[in-house]
Amino acid sequence: MGVEPKSGSSGVVTTSLDKMVNWARTGSLWPMTFGLACCAIEMMAMQASNYDMSRFGMELMRASPRQSDLMIVAGRVSQKMGPVLRNLYDQMPDPKWVIAMGDCASCGGVYNNYAVYQGVDEIVPVDVYVAGCPPRPEGLIHGILTLYEKIRTEKVSDWK
Amino acid sequence: MREIQEFTLEELKHHLSEKAFSGQTVVLNMGPQHPSTHGVLRLILELDGEIIVNCIPDVGYLHTGIEKTMESKTYQKAEVLVDRMDYMYAMGNTLVYSLAVEKLIGLQPPPRAEAIRVILTELSRIQSHLLWLGTSALDLAAQSTFLYTMRERELILDIFELVSGARMMTTFIRPGGLWRDVPVQFEKMVRDFTKVMPKRMAEYESMLTRNPLFLDRTKGIGKIDTRTCLAYDVTGPTLRASGLAHDVRKSNPYSGYDLYDFDIPTQSEGDVYARYLVRMEEMRQSVRIIEQAMDKLPYGPVRDPNYKYVPPPRSEIGVSMEALIHHFKLWTEGFIPPKGAVYTAVESPRGEMGVFMESNGTPKPYRVHYRTPSGPLLHALPVIAKGHFVADMIGIIGSIDIVLGDCDR
Amino acid sequence: MNEILSPAVERIQQQFKAQTSEFRGEVTLLISADANVEAATVLRDEFAFDMLSVVTAVDYCPQTNPRFHLVYIFYSTANHAYLNVRVPLDGDAPTIRTLETVYPSANWREREVWDLFGIRFEGHSDLRRLLMPPDWEGHPLRKDYPLGYEEVQFTFNFDEIDIRKPKGVL
Repeated sequence: MGVEPKSGSSGVVTTSLDKMVNWARTGSLWPMTFGLACCAIEMMAMQASNYDMSRFGMELMRASPRQSDLMIVAGRVSQKMGPVLRNLYDQMPDPKWVIAMGDCASCGGVYNNYAVYQGVDEIVPVDVYVAGCPPRPEGLIHGILTLYEKIRTEKVSDWK
Repeated sequence: MREIQEFTLEELKHHLSEKAFSGQTVVLNMGPQHPSTHGVLRLILELDGEIIVNCIPDVGYLHTGIEKTMESKTYQKAEVLVDRMDYMYAMGNTLVYSLAVEKLIGLQPPPRAEAIRVILTELSRIQSHLLWLGTSALDLAAQSTFLYTMRERELILDIFELVSGARMMTTFIRPGGLWRDVPVQFEKMVRDFTKVMPKRMAEYESMLTRNPLFLDRTKGIGKIDTRTCLAYDVTGPTLRASGLAHDVRKSNPYSGYDLYDFDIPTQSEGDVYARYLVRMEEMRQSVRIIEQAMDKLPYGPVRDPNYKYVPPPRSEIGVSMEALIHHFKLWTEGFIPPKGAVYTAVESPRGEMGVFMESNGTPKPYRVHYRTPSGPLLHALPVIAKGHFVADMIGIIGSIDIVLGDCDR
Repeated sequence: MNEILSPAVERIQQQFKAQTSEFRGEVTLLISADANVEAATVLRDEFAFDMLSVVTAVDYCPQTNPRFHLVYIFYSTANHAYLNVRVPLDGDAPTIRTLETVYPSANWREREVWDLFGIRFEGHSDLRRLLMPPDWEGHPLRKDYPLGYEEVQFTFNFDEIDIRKPKGVL
């Protein structure tokens, strides 16, 4: 982004549309409050006083998928929950991203059995996987910052 | 991928009133994605205007198959799975598992291990209650309480991290004792916590106990009496708030709880506010127990020296051939308890948590069943919620403090 | 056996011809399937067992006679005592009368047993699956039901397993 100093009061910014849009998107991701299991508690800890996610412009958790653009799948996804999760994902407006938080959401974790989807990527496309059982809040923050990195490389024309 | 399975009114007709079929009442779906259901709980509500006529809880959205998976693991490996069941009381899950295995084998953990178990599970109870307080107040639109309670919760999680390396899923309590002894900083951190906690409790109470907005939304809401509690097998703070002083720690003491002096708080109203008062007092009692346990904390080993069942310490493996053999046998084949079935119970922050364990003389448990407190609470939810407004439903769900991982397993 | 349990145990033994066993201080009564409701009523009304703590089952497959043991654990809040009652059930699709009329808490617990073990409860008001999706086939906690283990991908077999893995729908 180049700020060109001009005489007078208002500065003029010249940049590409992609950079501008991505900058705006990273600054105000609205995650959905979508706690499934243990990881949801760490997600709450991330929002609360000690870790304070609002430092990264994400203090606004939305309960409705229609208003959110980031789904943090926090916990194991059971056979009964899977289709509901897909339904919620479909209801989110584009552009949208998914973070698979924790081992269960990433790959099934310790629950390699009949009841749990072996990774949420069987249901929805995942952008960032966060390892840990459950990941520490710092781990999730790192995951979100990694997602920012990814968003910065995206092109506006990719989202139809 | 599977499809979403919807119920028809016809399938649920024994739960609904006749008005639902003529359209005089509305059948509304709440959850499994809803900010106030504390997880993936789905409720099907029949509403007359804003008043709940019938409520049908639908659980199973977090069914993880833990009991089945445990049957294919050895006793030591199966323990890791149970941490994630009632994830707010992970220490207690492993405690009740260890107690069951110890009962099956006939092990007696050393006194130091028992005292540390008591300290850690009581800390776990406080952190569960703190999260309950924060989130249920959040549901009743008291946002700031959440930020305060999470602050103290982090202090407890720091202690867990110190002793075990993990914040939540510790697997620190093992059959035969503990994973290892606690580090030297443990005592100071726990002392600091017990010193600061009463002051912080006063802070929470100043925010809620006499707050008219909070009182309006909690007093007289969601009443349940002792008879109904017993009929629906409801235990824990919900039962105690209705007047019966039943607590597994007193009635069937485990881990040396009979050595400590503490009270069981009760209330008689059985409403949301009574449950709030009971839980607040329980946190104080937990602090009391921790202080006593810290005063009495004996020195000595933290693991039973029976190496047929308990892994030998790491330091011995390099110098003792026997220890090496025991270690190898334990972590490849596992140990073999005698044939038989046992049931043990502990008091979780939600009620009686028990484990039924059957051994058939192989290194793997033949059947493990967890009797969890959240299931009966949800079963009784329609009784509690009937006749209240939808908005009160939020407070009621918050007040019975369910954990869906605990209910669905 | 302690003095609290012995009158109840003796009564059930005599009236329902139950077998008694003891393991680690826990008393277990083995009663026949046609006596479960009556025995529970006696325990509740005469011996103050006011809570039904556990209803679960154990599958002894491939043994068929009995294939299942239904386990009830009663608890008395007055006496602080637990009592285990087991009911052997034969065959692959057994039926037994529900305890719902005696203990309302049995409703969900029996639904869970039906869901996970496939034991039918006669007279149950609402015998739907509790935990699994309604259209699920089979009863997962039976011993002849596979665990559903998915192979772990390592470097040497990554591609081979990857072909078979369900793919995300985009």
